[in-house]
Amino acid sequence: MEKGNLAKWVKNEGDPVKAGDVIAEIETDKATMEVEAVDEGTLGKILVPEGTQDVAVNTPIAIIFAEGEKAGDVAAAKPAAKPAPKQEAPAPAETPAAPVSVSAPAAAPAASDPEVPAGTEMVTMTVREALRDAMAEEMRRDPSVFVMGEEVAEYQGAYKVTQGLLQEFGAKRVIDTPITEHGFAGVGVGAAFAGLKPVVEFMTFNFSMQAIDQIVNSAGKTLYMSGGQVTAQIVFRGPNGPAARVAAQHSQDYSAWYSHIPGLKVIAPYTAADAKGLLKAAIRDPNPVIFLENEILYGKSFPVPKLEDWVLPIGKARIARAGKDVTLVAWSIGMNYALGAAEELAKEGIEAEVIDLRTLRPMDIETVVESAKKTNRCITIEEGWPQNGVGADIAAQIMERAFDWLDAPVTRVSGKDVPMPYAANLEKLALPSVPEVVEAAKAVLYR
Amino acid sequence: MPATAKSLDTTKDRPRGKDQGAAARPPMSAEQEKLAFREMLLIRRFEEKAGQLYGMGLIGGFCHLYIGQEAVVVGMQMAIEEGDQVITAYRDHGHMLASGMDPKYVMAELTGRRSGYSKGKGGSMHMFSIEKNFYGGHGIVGAQVPLGTGIAFANRYRENNRVCLTYFGDGAANQGQVYESFNMAELWKLPVVYIIENNKYAMGTSIERSHAQRDLSKRGMSFGIPGEQVDGMDVRAVKAAGEKAVAFAREGKGPYILEMLTYRYRGHSMSDPAKYRTKDEVDKYRKEHDPIEMVRTRLIEEKRASEDEVKKIENEVKNIVNEAAEFASHEPEPDASELWTDVTR
Repeated sequence: MEKGNLAKWVKNEGDPVKAGDVIAEIETDKATMEVEAVDEGTLGKILVPEGTQDVAVNTPIAIIFAEGEKAGDVAAAKPAAKPAPKQEAPAPAETPAAPVSVSAPAAAPAASDPEVPAGTEMVTMTVREALRDAMAEEMRRDPSVFVMGEEVAEYQGAYKVTQGLLQEFGAKRVIDTPITEHGFAGVGVGAAFAGLKPVVEFMTFNFSMQAIDQIVNSAGKTLYMSGGQVTAQIVFRGPNGPAARVAAQHSQDYSAWYSHIPGLKVIAPYTAADAKGLLKAAIRDPNPVIFLENEILYGKSFPVPKLEDWVLPIGKARIARAGKDVTLVAWSIGMNYALGAAEELAKEGIEAEVIDLRTLRPMDIETVVESAKKTNRCITIEEGWPQNGVGADIAAQIMERAFDWLDAPVTRVSGKDVPMPYAANLEKLALPSVPEVVEAAKAVLYR
Repeated sequence: MPATAKSLDTTKDRPRGKDQGAAARPPMSAEQEKLAFREMLLIRRFEEKAGQLYGMGLIGGFCHLYIGQEAVVVGMQMAIEEGDQVITAYRDHGHMLASGMDPKYVMAELTGRRSGYSKGKGGSMHMFSIEKNFYGGHGIVGAQVPLGTGIAFANRYRENNRVCLTYFGDGAANQGQVYESFNMAELWKLPVVYIIENNKYAMGTSIERSHAQRDLSKRGMSFGIPGEQVDGMDVRAVKAAGEKAVAFAREGKGPYILEMLTYRYRGHSMSDPAKYRTKDEVDKYRKEHDPIEMVRTRLIEEKRASEDEVKKIENEVKNIVNEAAEFASHEPEPDASELWTDVTR
């Protein structure tokens, strides 16, 4: 969370306030929060009027006069409550997103995607809206599609991804479950065996470890074990990977875990257009699909083609930025680092080719290998751990398929090999960064 | 509120299959009793043959025989309607035969042949027949319980009036996901009947050594799920309890638990050391409580079938099983290309 809207002033200028009194309401993309006065005094001056949109975190919104102070002392008075404060002790899901340390330019507009017909109108929407629209469209199209998970209905989604679905489709098709991941994952798979098409939301993929047996053994293997008779057309979706400041148990990237399993498909989109087109494809796919979203990307806006039925093929990477000097391979939020680094490298005359894998299984390794043959250098970028990571597999495959084309070893930039620390500085160190990608790129270019 | 679970203390080793007199048991027609005899005998002979083929090296890996427990699945199958679903764990051959799956193709799956129900890729523990509404065959203890609950969820979603029979053992009754399922099934009033096949041993661990609450019919009480203990060695008792439970679930009243007090004669699997129970205990069940022998005796004594008629059924079953074994021994193995098929669709 970086900004919010000042929805309402509860106190007026001149009102006496005590510490703890609610003085205003702030609306963010995730929740409505009350701002409390931190000092006793009089609400002297409102600096941000009601209805103001996009107030940045830490902007002073009012001044509270202590006893004896008056309007003329405004310049000396201390700013009072701040808008969009950090959320207090939220449910594990409601992680306050610290400002993203990486400021990456948006990906090349999706209009360059070969699947978009020329002249298609583009609309700007967040990844969150794109995901919601994808589910709503598929639910309108097919009555056997339903959504279940913790807080998906009445709460409108712990991250508001399922916002409005209950209102449109009713409680029969938008189902709040108890906190029972192993159980509802299995119930979803059983319903899929019987021919329904569940979209099961994990509040975050961290909690899917409770359910991993049902995902791997029941969903992933039954088609094979039944000799092709029984399918599980099911999507497991939710935010994956580190959010911000939620420490070790809530900051894990499952890209490598699930993409290890034959029988599963694994998708990890970056843009809103890909999120929409691939989630619709996932819901229609007859196989179990793990759909890895990212909390920090939920609020990020991208152009999305305005098409009646925007569905993308699963298993196809996208060249997000063309280049000839070095290949950067990423997916999901890893694209922030890759595109940010490409921008930096461009300033030094290095043309990086950035590949957004989009799907991790089946992986479009051909596109990666072709690019590596062209640039003769490859960097993989992921927030997950290095050992047995997705980058390790890509490196192995490039070695097997393009060894003779390589001018330098394939290099991995990844999350550090430690549990995620809480402290802001350590957390930043534990994650990959644009400078690390830039450094790796220069190293393989011997510059 | 549904009826509460009946209190029966299994710690005192309640007699199973002890014939308490015909009057104490709900009656079956002569035709039903003959059918039950045939179905149970088919499972018994099939399992004996599977044991032989295992010994000959034709069946590999894990092979869990159902011998002793036949009345449970046969009685329950007589209590459901066409279209109702069945799901169970890995001691599943009996459930498949009772669901009407072809013994030839079940046996061919056991021997890992291409005409097996799973093309030889599933084996003893993983077989399915959507046509016969049999949803497996699951190898992870307890995992089939949420799955069966999910099938019941689909029934309710579609309002198709179907009930899912979800079987699990006394061992699985200690798995957490069973209780996660109980909670959702009762919360959403799903049409599922949970059948706990309590054969007294989870592998080699007796329920006395592993269960704090040994009356497993009470395991749904904290969720408000009614349950009862049933003499699982008496097919009449199973059928009667099954009809009641299935009707309850079909009427939209939610799940029902039936604890079937039963016994397996053979080891947990084919590699059982048989050190955890006495031979006398096993013999006592075989001699005094055998589910098939009790029906056979009744058929003859009550003159519901002649000795010839019974022999005819026995011969018919013997032939079916021999044919299945013959077929399964000579079918070709799956083509090597099958390694790569059915991973995804």
